Amino acid sequence: MDLTTVTGLTEALLAGNRRALARVISHIENNTDLARPLLAALYPHAGQAHIIGVTGSPGTGKSTLVNALTQVYRQQGLTVGIIAIDPTSPFSGGALLGDRVRMRDLAGDPGVFIRSMATRGSLGGLAQATADVIMVLDAAGFERIIIETVGVGQSEVEIASAAYTTVVVEAPGLGDEVQAIKAGVLEIADIFAVNKADREGVDRTVMALKMMLSLGVPEKFQVMHHGRMLPVEIPQARQDASAWTPPIIKTIATSGQGAKELVDAIENHRLYLEQSGGRLWRDRLRAATELRMILRDYLLENLLARTPPEALQAAIEAVARRDIDPYTAVQRLVEEVGVEVTAH
Amino acid sequence: MDRKVRVLVAKPGLDGHDRGAKVIARALRDAGYEVIYTGIRQTPAMIAEAALQEDVDVVGLSILSGAHMALVPRVIEELKKLGLEDVVILVGGIIPDEDVPALLEMGVAGVFGPGTLTSEIVETIENALGRQLA
Repeated sequence: MDLTTVTGLTEALLAGNRRALARVISHIENNTDLARPLLAALYPHAGQAHIIGVTGSPGTGKSTLVNALTQVYRQQGLTVGIIAIDPTSPFSGGALLGDRVRMRDLAGDPGVFIRSMATRGSLGGLAQATADVIMVLDAAGFERIIIETVGVGQSEVEIASAAYTTVVVEAPGLGDEVQAIKAGVLEIADIFAVNKADREGVDRTVMALKMMLSLGVPEKFQVMHHGRMLPVEIPQARQDASAWTPPIIKTIATSGQGAKELVDAIENHRLYLEQSGGRLWRDRLRAATELRMILRDYLLENLLARTPPEALQAAIEAVARRDIDPYTAVQRLVEEVGVEVTAH
Repeated sequence: MDRKVRVLVAKPGLDGHDRGAKVIARALRDAGYEVIYTGIRQTPAMIAEAALQEDVDVVGLSILSGAHMALVPRVIEELKKLGLEDVVILVGGIIPDEDVPALLEMGVAGVFGPGTLTSEIVETIENALGRQLA
């Protein structure tokens, strides 16, 4: 078994070799020369898993909840792949990835694979790397894939588009509820988990959520309305997708209370997506988002590679001095160096 | 290519004091590494499995209990079982001087006691990884 070649890695991964799986993920994270051939080889084997995003503010207990959810899935005999994302320090480029601490109950279970990922702060690259790693875990045969995200910012929405079911975790006592339940979160939530439900204020948090929800079913998939580059035809299923009202589940992750109910809600949503055609619709949405991201990165890389550093620097200076506005600067840069499309 | 060195920081054995391990984890993050911290009371098998899943280059073991001569060989053995012979192993904590040669003999790349500068640890990691890459 040769874990240094695309063929060797692919065969070993598909045969259930965990080392090969870990290696393949590293190739993707590091964007090595093997990354693209590996993704191409594995892509046909993916598409079976149900992908679950778990997001929410720091301190709401996401990792502990993922731990509890996974235990329920394991009792049901389903295998689980977990991607736990933590931020890269913008100062050192390093990262402290601590989610495994809360997932120690899962250690030693061959039906579980946990991978910690740092955001690495590349140009929107996190969402793409995450999508690729999800695909790899899917190809490796994990039946449920859970992505735990940092809980802040726009990248959240992009990562959520990689999931079929997004669970937004809230907790009482984190301050102004309305603040915590910002717009944007509503758009991506398929299910709300109000964790730490043994704490004071839980009913207020549930109430605040209910009020937000009753203000109207959110305009789902609005993300794509801004996707001007690859407009996606919005089919009938959109109306069906809107018919889903996110349930609110109270959980106490540390004791596992409510975890079964949360899993039931996720599975209901999975069935709902399958029956309503929403899964196919999300697959197309995901493909569109993915293509758009890859295209953007590709064009950006290509353009930057062809731009002389001094030209870029000159443009930066000119914009900073207000000699020129940034839009015109970009237009001139593109006109000057152009974009060359070469086969890879 | 965006190659990042990945380090697993683990506390094998039964002592529950992880201040030192956390300080090291943070220092290594500030040195630009991706540090996976696994928490206290890890068995050697748990550490090896985490090292495999996370595909780390380095495993740092923090041991304050005095059980290092028993725990370190068991971690090394578990890593070998999973085919992770290449992983650089570091040991930190309260380790008597007389035990250091034996640990290095087992294949540990460096032993660090209280007061160690982060730069020393980073240098050891870089040297060990450089040697492997050569």
